[in-house]
Amino acid sequence: MKPRPLAQDKSRYKVLTRRTLMLGGIQLGLVGALTARMYYLQVLQADKYKVLAEENRINLRLLAPQRGRILDRFGVPLAVNQQSYRVVLVAEQAGDIDSTLNAIGTLIPLGDNERHRVLREIKSKHSFVPIVVRENLSWEEVARIEVNVPELPGVQIEVGRNRYYPFADRTSHITGYVAPVSEKELTGDPLMELPDFRIGKSGIEKSMDLELRGTAGTSQIEVNAFGRVVREISRDDGQPGQEVATTLDMALQDFTMRRLRSEEAATCIVMDVVTGEILTMASSPSYDANSFTHGLKASVWNALNTDPHTPLYNKATQGVNPPGSTFKPVVAMAALDSGVITPDFRVNCPGVFTLGDHEYHCWRHGGHGTLDLHGGLKNSCDVYFYEVAMRVGVDRVAAMAHRLGMGELTGIDIPNERPGNIPTRAWKLKKFGVRWVDGDTPSIGIGQGYIAVTPLQLVTMLSRIISNRALVPHLERQPGIMEAGKPFDPDFGAKDYPSLGFNPAHINAVLSGMNAVTNELGGTAYGARITDPGMEMGGKSGTSQFRQITAAERERGIKKGEQLPWKDREHALFIAFAPVGNPRYACAVFIEHGIAGGKYAAPIARDVLRECQRRDPSRRVPPDPLIVADAGAASTPDKTP
Amino acid sequence: MSFGAERGHTPDFAEKLRSINWGLIFLLSAIAGIGFMVLYSAANASFDPWASKSMIRYAISLALLLGVAIVDIRFWLKAAYPIYVVGLVLLVAVDLHGRTGLGAQRWIELGPLSLQPSELMKIGLVMVLARYFNTRTVEEVGRPLHLLYPLLLLLVPAALVMKQPDLGTAMMLVMSTGGIFFLAGVRLWKFAIAIAAGAGLVPIAFGFMRDYQKKRILTFLNPENDSLGAGYHITQSKIALGSGGMWGKGYLQGTQSHLNFLPEKHTDFIFTMFAEEFGMAGGCVLLALYALVVAYGCAIGLRSRNHFGRMLALGITLNFFLYVFINTAMVMGLIPVVGVPLPLISYGGTAMLTLMFGFGLVISVYIHRDVRINRRGESES
Repeated sequence: MKPRPLAQDKSRYKVLTRRTLMLGGIQLGLVGALTARMYYLQVLQADKYKVLAEENRINLRLLAPQRGRILDRFGVPLAVNQQSYRVVLVAEQAGDIDSTLNAIGTLIPLGDNERHRVLREIKSKHSFVPIVVRENLSWEEVARIEVNVPELPGVQIEVGRNRYYPFADRTSHITGYVAPVSEKELTGDPLMELPDFRIGKSGIEKSMDLELRGTAGTSQIEVNAFGRVVREISRDDGQPGQEVATTLDMALQDFTMRRLRSEEAATCIVMDVVTGEILTMASSPSYDANSFTHGLKASVWNALNTDPHTPLYNKATQGVNPPGSTFKPVVAMAALDSGVITPDFRVNCPGVFTLGDHEYHCWRHGGHGTLDLHGGLKNSCDVYFYEVAMRVGVDRVAAMAHRLGMGELTGIDIPNERPGNIPTRAWKLKKFGVRWVDGDTPSIGIGQGYIAVTPLQLVTMLSRIISNRALVPHLERQPGIMEAGKPFDPDFGAKDYPSLGFNPAHINAVLSGMNAVTNELGGTAYGARITDPGMEMGGKSGTSQFRQITAAERERGIKKGEQLPWKDREHALFIAFAPVGNPRYACAVFIEHGIAGGKYAAPIARDVLRECQRRDPSRRVPPDPLIVADAGAASTPDKTP
Repeated sequence: MSFGAERGHTPDFAEKLRSINWGLIFLLSAIAGIGFMVLYSAANASFDPWASKSMIRYAISLALLLGVAIVDIRFWLKAAYPIYVVGLVLLVAVDLHGRTGLGAQRWIELGPLSLQPSELMKIGLVMVLARYFNTRTVEEVGRPLHLLYPLLLLLVPAALVMKQPDLGTAMMLVMSTGGIFFLAGVRLWKFAIAIAAGAGLVPIAFGFMRDYQKKRILTFLNPENDSLGAGYHITQSKIALGSGGMWGKGYLQGTQSHLNFLPEKHTDFIFTMFAEEFGMAGGCVLLALYALVVAYGCAIGLRSRNHFGRMLALGITLNFFLYVFINTAMVMGLIPVVGVPLPLISYGGTAMLTLMFGFGLVISVYIHRDVRINRRGESES
């Protein structure tokens, strides 16, 4: 006997059965559709897909954008791109990496280090990204590999572009250099993994890296099962990087770098006092930025790093030292501006300044007699400035120094600038936990003690005194990027800097004292004056003591710096401006262990400022930048005699 | 027929063991066996990392299936809501602090296990709907008011899954609920209206979608547009599948999948790999196995004398079918790419566990086919 379902369950069950059958029918239909689709793909279209599978595979390749060039103010290229050939390996297509590397090794020399680097990169990068096996192949090597490419799956020759610095070591501290992206710098952006790709590691290459870089292009290519390119389907070249025009006058830079070779280690900067543009920033010795492009050899790197002349340092922005007497104009401005002295303020110099039981000597043992500010600057009289410093006080000197851009970053548009230090009462208490005592102040007057500034700060300070405006030194021309065909505004920036509000009479008093340094008989740098009419310079010498000649050395008869080993000599400094009547250029020279500013640094300033005025880069109308840039790429710019 | 059967017979343990559908278990194991083979191939002829783990999971899942099968169907009726609620709680937990994978929060970490609550919810939803329709007559099902509550049962988890965001699973929930409504006897014209309304909502829903979801749909409509981005997967899948031809390239010989041109070859695109190596012939055999499982499930459903059991077995079977269809249709480029695994073959723990749990329920329905359950959910005597 069958059980009788309830009536309502029976109707429910009937509906369910019917609906299940309908659903089953639909499902059967869908399975039929799947089978039909399989038939279509795997039987009807099988040949087409077999061809696609065996021969044509679509690959996406990233194209590194052309890096923007770096130019000088007249369009002379300082950094360009050169073609080069390299052999790359695509791990995904290579199959057995070891045997492929062995095969390459029989064609071109391949060291163990390179091998390990390739294997390491294969692990850390996407498998479709080509990995450089060797760069800068000779033509012969290119040919040898090209011939054997059919037996080398995943191996290709690529044409790449190398960064090239035509002036090599003469611009390295400004342009900086580019180098392969380190594993730490990988951001996951596939562009960073490209073998072509270099990023700026210092100088303008670093500070303007994003602008110079451009955006990546892509290439869609069909590749066969062995990784050979069958054809390119489409290509988007991306955006090349923008060109960056600098404020540099390459001819002057070149002249300056050559001039500095007479010294073991020195720097010289020329700044336009109207615009704040850096026309020259030479730091010597230097290094060849080209050598970084392919990764530096350890031995070369070690040599650069351990060289006592610190070629890797940009001495202009990174070298901090006491400014010595070149600081005296700052002390004078502080005293004049705060009303403590007038230009007529007189001090008698007996050769020594006494404070309590302490004696502070003037550089001239016999003393200078009675001097006013003019004489104090002209003779660089230490006693005069001990006295002035005592009257002004350290804090007002420090305030003036900061107003003139010292003891802090100037804000120049290349990386790794150092701020130096300008001491105050509060600073000493915080730093050493000891109060400022009166005995600390006299040495401030002559730029010694705790003061440390960069040569760039010195030239900024002088430019600010001359222009009475808060100039910011910069290397980048106009707001960043040069647009093709657009002429430069020769006085760009001239109107943009805030006034410092000095009394023009005070500025004149200081500049007239500096004029006397070079142009009046008896001035400390009279021997280094410019005699060309209309080009005369004013200046201030400085010698930075970081060590006194010891009593023992005195006994051995060493009286002059020249007799000491290089490392033990004092630094020589000179700051200068020209032309004296209507200053346009300010210059700072710093010679490491250069002995005496007036004697050794001033002649460099003289030569550079004379050359600068002869060329007058700030007033010369720049020619069409594109035309000059093209010409410059083909030939080196004119050399100065 | 025994007297006990007439009253709503409850089988004893020995009867239960005897009435287990070993044929269904054999089918499932055959499919899983194919899965191990393909996973072994996907790892370039290696049991590590996928095949070995998948085998262990299958063994555990099989034990679970047997355990679930011999538990009384009335227990599962009572457990429907607790399981559903646990599923909801886990979905909320995933929303609060789940592990994010591939841009969506789908997993929850439970010690060494990472659980995907949306998988559990697929079974839980079928269970509560089966329980609900057990209490409704055909006449009641015909009245729209009686459909509001089951719709609510669907919408809450569907919204949570959408939020993850997991469009594929949300669609699965909607479709299996639709299937259960259909089986329950909801009029066809109501489906027509719902589908029309759904179509009307598409542009609005499109505005709410994540960019990658929009891209997938646009890419499906025009794959040539983006042959290297979102369209890459489907293009490569079609090349691999098509190049397999009638008889395939042979086991372990699939060039496209082994050269890594085929993405996700151990999960969502595993059917492609199988069809590349075994051709259309292999693909048809696999589809036939799946179809047999579906047929088996439907037969079990129709054989049950209680409405809960019928709805449960048919609902779970329908879910299974949807998995298979959506996955295979997706890799063949018939529908947009949505992340739905291929049952018993794709590598993935939660999916295998819940699927076997589901078939445990189906077999339990069979074992307890003669148990009568009235509309209040009590067994009739």
